[in-house]
Amino acid sequence: MTVLASPVPKTEVRSLSMAQALNRALRDAMADDPSVVMFGEDVGALGGVFRITDGLTAEFGDNRCFDTPLAESGIVGMAVGMAMNGMRPVVEMQFDAFSYPAFEQIASHVAKMRNRTRGRVTLPMVIRVPYAGGIGGVEHHCDSSEAYWAHTPGLHVVAPATPADAYALLRESIASPDPVVFLEPKKLYWSKQEVALPVRAPGIGTAVVRREGTDATLIAYGPAVPVALEAAEAAAREGRSLQVVDLRSIVPFDDETVCAAVRSTGRAVVVAEASGFASVSSEIVARVTERCFNSLAAPIRRVTGFDIPYPPPKLEHFQLPGVDRVLDAVDDLQWEQ
Amino acid sequence: MTPDPRRLLPSAEPVSLIDPQGRAADSPSHALPDDATLLRSLGSLITARRLNDQAYALVRQGRLAVYPSSHGQEACQVAAAQVLEAGDWLFPTYRDTVAAVVKGVDPVEALSLLKGDWHCGYDPYLHHVAPHATPLATQLPHAVGVAHAARLRGEPTVVMAMCGDGGTSEGDFHEALNFAAVFQAPVVFFVQNNEYAISVPLSRQSAAPSLAHKGIGYGVNAERVDGNDMAALLAVLGAAVERARAGEGPQLIEAHTYRMQAHTNADDATRYRDDADVEAWKDRDPIQRLRAHLRERELFTDEIEAGFTAEAERVAAHLRDGLNRDIEPDPEDLFAYVYASPTPQLREQAALVADELSREGAN
Ligand SMILES: Cc1ncc(C[n+]2csc(CCOP(=O)(O)OP(=O)(O)O)c2C)c(N)n1
Ligand SMILES: [Mg+2]
Repeated sequence: MTVLASPVPKTEVRSLSMAQALNRALRDAMADDPSVVMFGEDVGALGGVFRITDGLTAEFGDNRCFDTPLAESGIVGMAVGMAMNGMRPVVEMQFDAFSYPAFEQIASHVAKMRNRTRGRVTLPMVIRVPYAGGIGGVEHHCDSSEAYWAHTPGLHVVAPATPADAYALLRESIASPDPVVFLEPKKLYWSKQEVALPVRAPGIGTAVVRREGTDATLIAYGPAVPVALEAAEAAAREGRSLQVVDLRSIVPFDDETVCAAVRSTGRAVVVAEASGFASVSSEIVARVTERCFNSLAAPIRRVTGFDIPYPPPKLEHFQLPGVDRVLDAVDDLQWEQ
Repeated sequence: MTPDPRRLLPSAEPVSLIDPQGRAADSPSHALPDDATLLRSLGSLITARRLNDQAYALVRQGRLAVYPSSHGQEACQVAAAQVLEAGDWLFPTYRDTVAAVVKGVDPVEALSLLKGDWHCGYDPYLHHVAPHATPLATQLPHAVGVAHAARLRGEPTVVMAMCGDGGTSEGDFHEALNFAAVFQAPVVFFVQNNEYAISVPLSRQSAAPSLAHKGIGYGVNAERVDGNDMAALLAVLGAAVERARAGEGPQLIEAHTYRMQAHTNADDATRYRDDADVEAWKDRDPIQRLRAHLRERELFTDEIEAGFTAEAERVAAHLRDGLNRDIEPDPEDLFAYVYASPTPQLREQAALVADELSREGAN
């Protein structure tokens, strides 16, 4: 089982929000490697609508961090060309649903170039997507789009849940030889943590046990991780010990860590914000069931968003998986036998 | 022989009929609208400004989540709707609430999206106003489709399709213009060029001589107009609607205006533009300009002004009352409209929410 990297020489410990950690990761990557460029909508003078690129144009100039015309397909398509020609582009889609005009570029080109060319043309690029809800955003600003990307072979898909992971995963994504869709949970942008910089963590594709527990395993990623941790805390007060696994990376998927965790407790609940039908959460249940059937004392339960378009702000609390729903699902794990 | 393509090009300067001081300016191509129309438009402009400022205040009071204001762009908003017949369609963006209201939508219903009660708060068929479009330029091909369907059925409908300067960079803008031209669809594409797309200035959006110049490549007739000149907007948009209705195909109109406030209340415009730039545009205010013109000609009296102000206050009060009323959101709505009839899975999910609520009620 993989746990977070052993302590490294602490060069600098700072309290950072996830937004600041991402900003710092971009700065450090751009300082380390002149081929790293950042572009998108409002990422220059404004520093991005979430300020993730704040100060990058001032520090590195308009050739390294720049605003483009307003066209997502153009942004991703240009990144493909730049990656083909020696650069490591990082692009920002302003909000999850505004990545859809780039769907064609991502699904047909970003994901397939390596395979089409027998590995001759590779695309080391990162598509950053502020994603998911919980911020009272109006329509098209709160989509959980991970299933589209995860279902498309050729893309790595990661979703950090802590500032330290945000830093480490973004650095690894930029360094990766493969294209990465980097999902940034919007509601966690302002969550803070003491972070030792530079963060060292196991590579993309490793999950982490966030909380030890013996009775059941909660499996979560991105915005659902704090919900799972809160639920584990609440369960502990009622005498039930819940383990929490944070996937960190959806593709590649860390079967080893997840299955070891589930085998150790024999029960599991998957918590995810996205709609449940044909989703990443379905995939998790299928994989774990295939691999751990004999260790399971109960069918794996899921707590997910409903199979509906993301609701307006006044109704969003019904859609978001909350602690109560997680605890109800845990209660359903056939404890009486 | 192909007709001279230059006929598709916009004029070298935006059409202007009343200058910033309120003086009538000669135009070789367009006549000043009649007095009654101008006076009525001034009334609409005063209400439009009041609506914008009321909505902005409601954001500060927490009654609206966010408001992309058209403050300073009211002439475009009013003209876009005023040149249409009741059966014509309007396709607004998130910034075009006022245009939707001028077309007939109740302002409270128009702001449901931004209040957070529901996505589209009005019946699009009632006043022929499509739902506000947030994903940029995506509404433009829809506008072409509505116009094409009307044409196929022999109906005289014209469609006013709105977008911003930033929106013209999206692929959908170009596909819509091309489709409209190929099918000769009666669409007026109306671009409000307010010089910014959030923080990105026009110079980073396009290297074309003007956004109206984008028409010629698709065979779309184009014109440019001073976007703060109500009279010129009525003349230019009105002529475009007439041409579209007469079967002369799609029209592209670029209005040169300015976003006087931040993109929305959530935006900090000091990060990317100087206050002095905004200051300079204050002298070109669309309401002052028409007001000065009509005052000078003694058409706009104190009495009429009092009437217009009272009407604007009435609409603002209606908006306040509507937005200050809390509607208890009904969770059944979550599942009711996804399909013609809910799938078995959705029925289960709705039952789960109902069960949660009854348990909460019991506690
Ligand atoms: C496809 C898409 N990409 C990005 C956005 C985010 N966004 C909302 S408004 C805006 C700027 C639009 O500028 P413009 O078209 O000039 O209209 P304005 O806001 O100035 O009226 C951006 C980038 C969006 N709504 N849709
Ligand atoms: Mg604009």
